[in-house]
Amino acid sequence: MSHSTTDSAQTQTFDIGHIDMIPIGEGRLVQIRHIHLAVFRTREGKVFATQALCPHKGGPLWDGTIDANKLICPLHSYTFDLANGEPIDNECKDLKTYSATVNQNDHIEVKITLRSSAK
Amino acid sequence: MATGSVPFIPPIEGIYSDNGLLREGVFSFRSLEDCIEIVQYASDARHAVVIGGGLLGLETTHGLINRGLYVDVVHIASHLMDAQLDADAGQLLQHSLESLEGTRVTFHLEKTTTRVIGEDQVTGVEFKEGSAIECDMVVIATGVRPNMSIAKSAGLDVNQGIIIDDDFSCPSASDIFAIGECAEHRGITYGLVAPAWEHATMLADRLTGRNPQAHYSGSRVSTKLHVMGIELAVAGDKEASKDTDEVVTYVEPSRGVYKKLIVRGDHIAGAILLGDGATTPRLLQSFNGNEKLPADRAAILFPIASDTVGIDVSSLSDNAQICDCNGVSKGQIVSAVKAGNRNFKSVCNATRAGTGCGSCKPQIEATLEFVAYGLVADDPSAHYYVPGIPMSKSELMHAVKTKKLKSVSAVFKALADGKEDAGSKAELASLLKTIWGDEYEDERDARFINDRVHANIQRDGTFSVVPRIFGGITSPDELRRIANVAEKYNAGMVKVTGGQRIDILGIPKEHLPDVWRELDMPSGHAYAKAFRTCKTCVGTDFCRFGLGDSTSLGIDIEKRFQGIEMPHKVKMAVSGCPRNCAEATVKDIGVIAIDGGKWEIYVGGAAGANVRKGDVLAIVDSADEALKHIGRFLQYYRENAKYLERTYDFVERIGIEHIKEILIDDTESIADKLDADMNSAIDAYVDPWQEGSKPLHSSQFVSVSSASEVTQS
Repeated sequence: MSHSTTDSAQTQTFDIGHIDMIPIGEGRLVQIRHIHLAVFRTREGKVFATQALCPHKGGPLWDGTIDANKLICPLHSYTFDLANGEPIDNECKDLKTYSATVNQNDHIEVKITLRSSAK
Repeated sequence: MATGSVPFIPPIEGIYSDNGLLREGVFSFRSLEDCIEIVQYASDARHAVVIGGGLLGLETTHGLINRGLYVDVVHIASHLMDAQLDADAGQLLQHSLESLEGTRVTFHLEKTTTRVIGEDQVTGVEFKEGSAIECDMVVIATGVRPNMSIAKSAGLDVNQGIIIDDDFSCPSASDIFAIGECAEHRGITYGLVAPAWEHATMLADRLTGRNPQAHYSGSRVSTKLHVMGIELAVAGDKEASKDTDEVVTYVEPSRGVYKKLIVRGDHIAGAILLGDGATTPRLLQSFNGNEKLPADRAAILFPIASDTVGIDVSSLSDNAQICDCNGVSKGQIVSAVKAGNRNFKSVCNATRAGTGCGSCKPQIEATLEFVAYGLVADDPSAHYYVPGIPMSKSELMHAVKTKKLKSVSAVFKALADGKEDAGSKAELASLLKTIWGDEYEDERDARFINDRVHANIQRDGTFSVVPRIFGGITSPDELRRIANVAEKYNAGMVKVTGGQRIDILGIPKEHLPDVWRELDMPSGHAYAKAFRTCKTCVGTDFCRFGLGDSTSLGIDIEKRFQGIEMPHKVKMAVSGCPRNCAEATVKDIGVIAIDGGKWEIYVGGAAGANVRKGDVLAIVDSADEALKHIGRFLQYYRENAKYLERTYDFVERIGIEHIKEILIDDTESIADKLDADMNSAIDAYVDPWQEGSKPLHSSQFVSVSSASEVTQS
C-alpha cells in the first residue's frame, strides 16, 4: 500500500440533473464515473442515494418501492433504511449511502468520495 | 398480586410424616425439584399409583412408564381429563392409552383414595369403598388451587381465587390488582399460561397508560398437547350449552380418533381434536381469531387437498427443511422463536421462511405455536388489509368510499397520519383501482416496478415481454415479428409459456417501447396481479371430440377481461369437452363444454404452490352466460378477497355454497351491481403498452443517467 501524499480520498460533488428527472416517489440508476448509484426522490421532496445493487442477490434497487424512510428491493423484498442503509427486519448487509441534496436550482447533488491516485 | 397457585393435596390419611411434610414415597408434582425427586425415587420403585387422571397425572404416568414402572391411575371423575374432554373423548383416550401401554397402565375411575398404607415404606393405597391396590410410590396430581393466603389475610374478597374486576383490580381495594393463576374473573380461574400472559399484557397496558381503557372480558382458551404421545387439541367449551348450539362429531374408535366441534352462530365455541392433529393449526387459528366457519364444517375437521402433509412439526428433526423456497430449517425457525420472535410475521422476517411461494406457512405457524407454546403474541396487523393502516379490508373500503380517497397518498394522509408505508402501497393501489375504476388517481410510485413499466422484472434487472396471443392462436406474421424482435434486441431466451404464449426474456428497460412497437401486439399482462391468460384446447373446429367451441370462448374471455386488476394473478382455461385437455378444473376459473350445448364453470382450482380441484359454480346454457358468470365471480373476488389471496383460498374461506347463494341465487341482491361494476372496469381498460409511444414521464423507460461534476467555487 502506497502512502504517497498524492494517494488521497477526495470528496467531490456531482450534479445529476433536475429533480424532475426522477418522478415523485421513484428511483433511478445514475452513473458517476465508475460508480453506480440508486437515487430516490420521496413524496416529501427529499432525495437519497444508495449503492445501486441489493447486497442480497444484486437486485436493481432503483426499481424498488420507497416511502419517506425506507426502500424495498424489487426482487425479494429486502427492506432498507434510506437514510443510513441499515437493513430493516432482515439480516442483509448495510447499503452504502451517499449524501444527496437538492440545490437552489432544484438540481440533485450527490457527494462521492473518490479514491484517486494522482499521478 | 401474582401469587400463582399451589398443588392441591386431597385429604388422605397417612400421606404426611410427623414434620407435616409429605412422607417418603409420596410426591406432589409442581416444580422442577418435584420432578427430580420423583425420578430419583422411581429408579428403585416398580409400581406407582398416580392420583389424578387429568393432564398432569397422565403426563406423570407416561414418564413413570418410560422409566419401567407399572402405574395405576386413580381418578375421582367418571372419565379421564374431565376438565378438558367430554365423556366420549375421555373414554376413547383411555382405550387408546390402554392399547398403547398394555399391562403397564391400569385405570381406576370414580375412585376416591382415602389412605396410604405402609409403615416405613409405602406399600399401597386404600379406596373409600374398602378395596386397595399395592404400590411402592404415590404421586398426587390432583390439580392446583390459587395461592390466596396473602389476599385472605389482607381481607380481599376471595372465592376459588382472588376476585377481580374487568380492570384486574380487587373490588374492595381498587389499587390492588391480581393476575394469573391466583385470580378469579367472572367465576373462572385459569390454569394455562396463555391467559396469564394476556392478563400481564393488558394490566401493563393499563398501568403504563399505553391503553388505559384495556378491558378484560375473559380468555378464549385453547391448547394443543401430547397426552402420553397422543395428539390432543382442545378449545373453548367441551359441551354444548345453548339449544341453538350445533354439535358436529366424528368418532373412529379403531384409530382412537375423536373430533368434536361446537358451533355457535357460525363460530367455533368449542372443539376437541383427539388422535389426529392434521387440522389443528387451522382449527386453532379459526378459534383464536373467532373467524366465521365455512358452511361445510368438515372442512375444518378434515385435511383438504391443499393442506401441507406432515403438519406435525414436533416430530421433525431440527435440520428438516420447512421452507423449500429459501432453505429454512425447522431448527432455524425454532431459534428465531426462542430469540424472541413471537408472532408469525416476525418469525418470517427473521428467517425469510414463508416469504417465497408461501405454501409452508401452516408449518411455520405450527412450529411457532409448538415452541412458543402459550406465548404466541397476537399480531393485530395480521388482520389488516395492509400493514401500514390498522383496518380490515371492509373497514378500509368503507373509509375509502366515505372519505372519497382516490389516491394512495390521500389514503395515507387521511388514515395513517400522513405516514407512508412502502410495504402497503401496491396493495392500496390495487384496492383503489377496484373501488374507483377510472376515477382512481394513479400515482406511479405506488406501483410495483412491473406495473410501472408493464413487464416482468428478472433476476438480472432486465425484463420479460409476453405479448397477448388470444386463445393461444397465432399466425405466421405474428411469429415472424416475435422472431425479428427477439433477434434485434438480443433476447436472452425465447420461451413458450405454460399459458400458451411466447415469452421474450432479457430485454433492458430502455428497449421495452421499441419492442412493443415492433411487436404490434397488446400486452399479455404476464407481470401483473390481474387476469392473465386463458388456456384452451383446439375445440370444435378440428377436434373430433369437441362439444363446445372452446377456442372462441377462450378468445372472448381474454378480450373481455384482459388486464383487469385482481387481488392476485388469475388464470383461466376453457376445455371443449369433459376430457378437459385445457386442465380447466385446476384453474382459478375453468369452463368445460358438456353435451347439450352447456358449459360447466369451475372456480377456485389450483395447480401451483397448492393443488386444488375447483368447485362448480354453475352450469349455463350459452357462452354469453358463461362470460356473465365469470365476470360476476371476478368482481366479487376483487371486492372481497384479501390482497394476494388466490381464488383457491378465497373460495375455501367464503365457501362455495355461500358464493353460489350470492352470485347465482342473488340472495344479497348485488348481482346486477357486480355485473355493472365489472362492465365499467372493462370499459376503462387501456392497453398499457400504448405508454411505449407516449411515456408518462420522460424517464419512464430510462435505464441509466449520468452526472457532471460540480465545479467548486
